[in-house]
Amino acid sequence: MSVWMWILTILIVILAGGWMFRKVGQITSGNTPYFRDMPYGVAVGYVAAALTLLFVITTYIKALSAEPGAEANKYFFFKLAIHFLLISAVAAWVFRWLGRQIGTAGTRKLFRQMPLTASFGILVIILYALTAIFAGAIAPYGQEEILGNANVVPGGDPNIGGDPKYPLGTDQIGRDILSRLIFGAQNTVGIAFATTCLAFFIGASLGFLAATLGGWLDQLLSRAVDALMAIPALIFALLLMTIAAVWANKFGIPLTLFMVVIIAVIDATRVFRLARAVGTSIVVMDYIEAAKLRGEGLTYLIFREILPNATAPLLAEFGLRFCFVFLTIASLSFLGVGIQPPLADWGTMVRDLGQFINFAQFAPQVALTPLLAASAIALLTVAVNFVVDWMLHRSSGLKE
Amino acid sequence: MAGILKIVAQRLALGLITLFVVSIIIFVAVNLLPGDFAEAILGQGATPESVAAIREELGLDRPPVVRYLEWLGNAVRGDLGTPMSQALFSAYSGSNAGSGIGTVMEQIAPRFRNTVYLAGLSAAIAVPISITLGILTALYRNSAFDRAMNIFTLSSISSPEFFLAYILILFLAVLNPILPSLSNVNAEMSFWSSERFVKTLLPALTLTLVVTAHMMRMTRAAIINLLASPYIEMARLKGMSPMRVIVKHALPNALAPIINVVALNLAYLITGVVVVEVVFVYPGIGQLFVDSVKIRDIPVVQACCLIFAAAYILLNLTADIMSIISNPRLRHPK
Repeated sequence: MSVWMWILTILIVILAGGWMFRKVGQITSGNTPYFRDMPYGVAVGYVAAALTLLFVITTYIKALSAEPGAEANKYFFFKLAIHFLLISAVAAWVFRWLGRQIGTAGTRKLFRQMPLTASFGILVIILYALTAIFAGAIAPYGQEEILGNANVVPGGDPNIGGDPKYPLGTDQIGRDILSRLIFGAQNTVGIAFATTCLAFFIGASLGFLAATLGGWLDQLLSRAVDALMAIPALIFALLLMTIAAVWANKFGIPLTLFMVVIIAVIDATRVFRLARAVGTSIVVMDYIEAAKLRGEGLTYLIFREILPNATAPLLAEFGLRFCFVFLTIASLSFLGVGIQPPLADWGTMVRDLGQFINFAQFAPQVALTPLLAASAIALLTVAVNFVVDWMLHRSSGLKE
Repeated sequence: MAGILKIVAQRLALGLITLFVVSIIIFVAVNLLPGDFAEAILGQGATPESVAAIREELGLDRPPVVRYLEWLGNAVRGDLGTPMSQALFSAYSGSNAGSGIGTVMEQIAPRFRNTVYLAGLSAAIAVPISITLGILTALYRNSAFDRAMNIFTLSSISSPEFFLAYILILFLAVLNPILPSLSNVNAEMSFWSSERFVKTLLPALTLTLVVTAHMMRMTRAAIINLLASPYIEMARLKGMSPMRVIVKHALPNALAPIINVVALNLAYLITGVVVVEVVFVYPGIGQLFVDSVKIRDIPVVQACCLIFAAAYILLNLTADIMSIISNPRLRHPK
């Protein structure tokens, strides 16, 4: 196995390089404390990082200078990834800089403390929201419009079977892929957002109710949630979708509606757990006692006393829950039981176009489309996670 | 020691009850089908004879409670019933032989072994890597290394499995043909053969990417949580090296949460294989499950669901018990 030999060689180079790096540093710097006290692990880390950087830069130079053809195809995706990383870093930086100049004192302060990842996340979320809202105006064609030529190659180059009218080509029955990607933002993100809101409405209201009232209601709801949570979410969703498919056929209700309800109920169990835990710790506070003594009703207690004090953890949970719901819906669609055609949806697009990945060596543009749909999903969840991570970090004042 | 045995016994009993309740939920869910599933599956083209034949074949003409108890009793003895496809075949051809489908158990058993192999291989790669990386990021927290790892793990946690799978296929199978992109494992390959290993490596790497991030972040958080404790301060003031402080003093106390997150991720591996198996066409139980969902083969769906839930509950239970056992205050009560 030559691969194993390669790995072994690289390991030895890194390990020996770390020792040499420290030694050379000690000698040339006249044994300054920095090099004298440097742990071996840190030295190895520097060498490994330098080697990785070197590898990336040399590959990128090779990619830039590669002749068009098989050689360039090989580096096509690498080059694309590097360009994307650079552009997104610059965009995030500019966005943060703008945020520091424009806006109220509060938002400017927020942007001053923001790491680059969080500003990238916020920028991406704003872009997705704009795309979803104005999808109809941005997209060149309708999502269900069949435009004639099927399987037009992306890139718009007529020599290899492209068409400048369809920059990302058309799919197997001749719908414009770019338009479907844009409408996918509306459908996939919109449905996921609605599902998360429904899950939060069910989970949080039941959770707060259980926390305030306690007693048998609390026991009943908690045990029911325990039982539902013992079944893995995706598996349970698939089982219920099988059954829902029969119902949907029988009554002519769209399957997507069933999916929203099913996923909302499954995710509401997780929200319930959190809402109940946060609620029970708030309910024992003195101000709740005072409100109860004043004779306030249940609605007042939940909406005016508990909810405002539980916003921070619930908001962070909303972000994470949205990611889970979004990924579950994408996975279900990818497996073929989620959002139903003819609605454009990213998960379904990945499944339909997935096999084109195998042509990446000969025509990288063709392999690009399924990856674009998949990375549209990944980009949004990564962005939301970056923002939530920053929010949690800020609110917890994490140790160390 | 008697105290700990009691706690463990309680947890086991709780696990059994949960499994029982889950089996009821699954059964009730399946019985929510309008009419019964003989009609539901045959749909418009059903003749009364074929519906009756399937009903008899699957025993649908008896009350639900009896059917539930019978299903549960058979499942405990390892008989998970007849797949719909088999029932359809024998309803039309009049005989049981020659369809090549067999019982649900015969369908599931070899695939279950494949899935366990895949999950086991991923765990064998992921657990050592994630714990090492977790310790390293805790050791060099807030350094450039830590930040880079944070970005990397956040991205891989939040990407859908099929995205990671396609990226790996693109770079490791298509552009640089190192590994095969199709995991056509078959029964002839022995459990330890290198061919099976190589063919399973790409799906295993995908799953590794998915679970490593989570385990690593939890390991890091568990260790960093302890670093503010007085005894760590003491160890540091003694002049111990940071590595030694973490490995000898912080790690043993962080073991309970780490074991917990490892077991939870193994539970995730058993169920998270569904999407990965479909991408790589790996003949595991997840793929069987998805295929059965698509053709609405209810007995198989029911059985797969039960197996997944059982594995999930079992691993959660293990996580619970392991974290009890790893707590010395519970092991040696005063």
